[in-house]
Amino acid sequence: MERVAVLSGNHAVAYAVKLCRPHVIAAYPITPQTQIVEKLAEFVERGELKAKYIRVESEHSAMAALIGASATGARVFTATSSQGLLYMHEAIWSAAGARLPIVMAVVTRAIFPPWSIWTDHSDLLAQRDTGWIIAMAESNQEVFDMTIQAYRIAEDERVLLPVMIGLDAFSLSHTAAPVSLLDQDKVDKFLPPRRAFSFLLDVENPITMGNVAFPDHYMEFRYLIQRAMERAKQVIREVEEEFYEISSRKYGGLVEEYRCNDADIILILMGAWSGDAKVCADKLREEGLRVGVLRIRFIRPLPIEEIKRVSLGRKAVIVVDRDISFGGAGILFTEVSSILQQNNVTVRGFIAGLGGRDVTAKDFTQMVRQVYADLEVGEKRSRVEWYGVKEVI
Amino acid sequence: MRERIVPISTPAEGVMGKTGFWRTFKPIIDREKCIKCLLCWLYCPEGAILRTDDDITIDYDYCKGCGICANECPRKAIKMVLER
Repeated sequence: MERVAVLSGNHAVAYAVKLCRPHVIAAYPITPQTQIVEKLAEFVERGELKAKYIRVESEHSAMAALIGASATGARVFTATSSQGLLYMHEAIWSAAGARLPIVMAVVTRAIFPPWSIWTDHSDLLAQRDTGWIIAMAESNQEVFDMTIQAYRIAEDERVLLPVMIGLDAFSLSHTAAPVSLLDQDKVDKFLPPRRAFSFLLDVENPITMGNVAFPDHYMEFRYLIQRAMERAKQVIREVEEEFYEISSRKYGGLVEEYRCNDADIILILMGAWSGDAKVCADKLREEGLRVGVLRIRFIRPLPIEEIKRVSLGRKAVIVVDRDISFGGAGILFTEVSSILQQNNVTVRGFIAGLGGRDVTAKDFTQMVRQVYADLEVGEKRSRVEWYGVKEVI
Repeated sequence: MRERIVPISTPAEGVMGKTGFWRTFKPIIDREKCIKCLLCWLYCPEGAILRTDDDITIDYDYCKGCGICANECPRKAIKMVLER
């Protein structure tokens, strides 16, 4: 009989990881992630999870330890946030370049200075060029489900790339919600032990990894990562279908479409506040304004086809970013604009909620109303603006 | 599917080719000064100093000319000479 437990987002990750039977966990604490690795340490200490738990001296070391362990064929896990993720950045590239199916949870948190522990997507999105598959969850249930699916995606022979799963600081990480768990035997069937590949480290049969690649060869290894990313799109969809069979839960593949079919305006965003955007869509529809939400579940691989399909023919799409690429624009805005640039769609960008500033359905409603008002007076230009920023001296 | 997705080699002599051609300076042992203490053999990061029965020789096929041996030699018996 499957249990429903009331879990914080952090504990939802930990319970999911436990079900995936990792061999090695290497971790360094950082708010707001710490509860994930604390819970896992507790499982190991109690003997409920047979894993080697390595207490490393930094996040860079955590990833380095996992790279070594994963290269021997072990299933591995770590979690981090913000500064920790940035400190890990070099090793993050190494993990993808070495094609190791590492899974990591990232509790998204604003970047110092000034200090902030609250949610912001800049840390996660700063990893988007590394070759990792990057997902972002909306709810604790989705965090749980995504974590289990992440190992299947990462370890798929067509992919062999690491996966990071983002969840918003506090609004998910420390907020408890009902989560349907899964029985161990179901997860075991869904996620069999990791298959061995020809390039694993083995003391009986030594190989050298991390070799030099001269200009004659380097580019091909980069091309292979890009091709694996393209393949990952199909693998993500397939894995979700299979997961549906054991859980009766699915979210829509690389994106989730919410009331998009007949919508005039589509809100595009990712993470926990997508729930507030859905409330906004419901409310405005009561007034006869047809608003839909396209929630980005995977930013890498980029759901190009889905974004194009859902956006074409709309009056406007509104991209709300909880991040800013200084001197550029919102990162999601830039990605979406790159897809839609030749399709004559108005793309309006809003930078909002940085450093955990509260953004509610009311705020999304205000953004949508503003865009409607502009469209009514024939103002169709694409542009980016900051939402709710106070007057600064 | 078995594509070669990462550069892998099995450890063996010369898998990268003869790396001695990277050398700019060539270490030359002065047999008169050498006391066969084997510090150069110990410190060589490339394993390019070979120990024979009662002597050492430098394997110029793989010596990259880093000069660590010359630096470590207590008798200053190794000279680094510009390659021509």
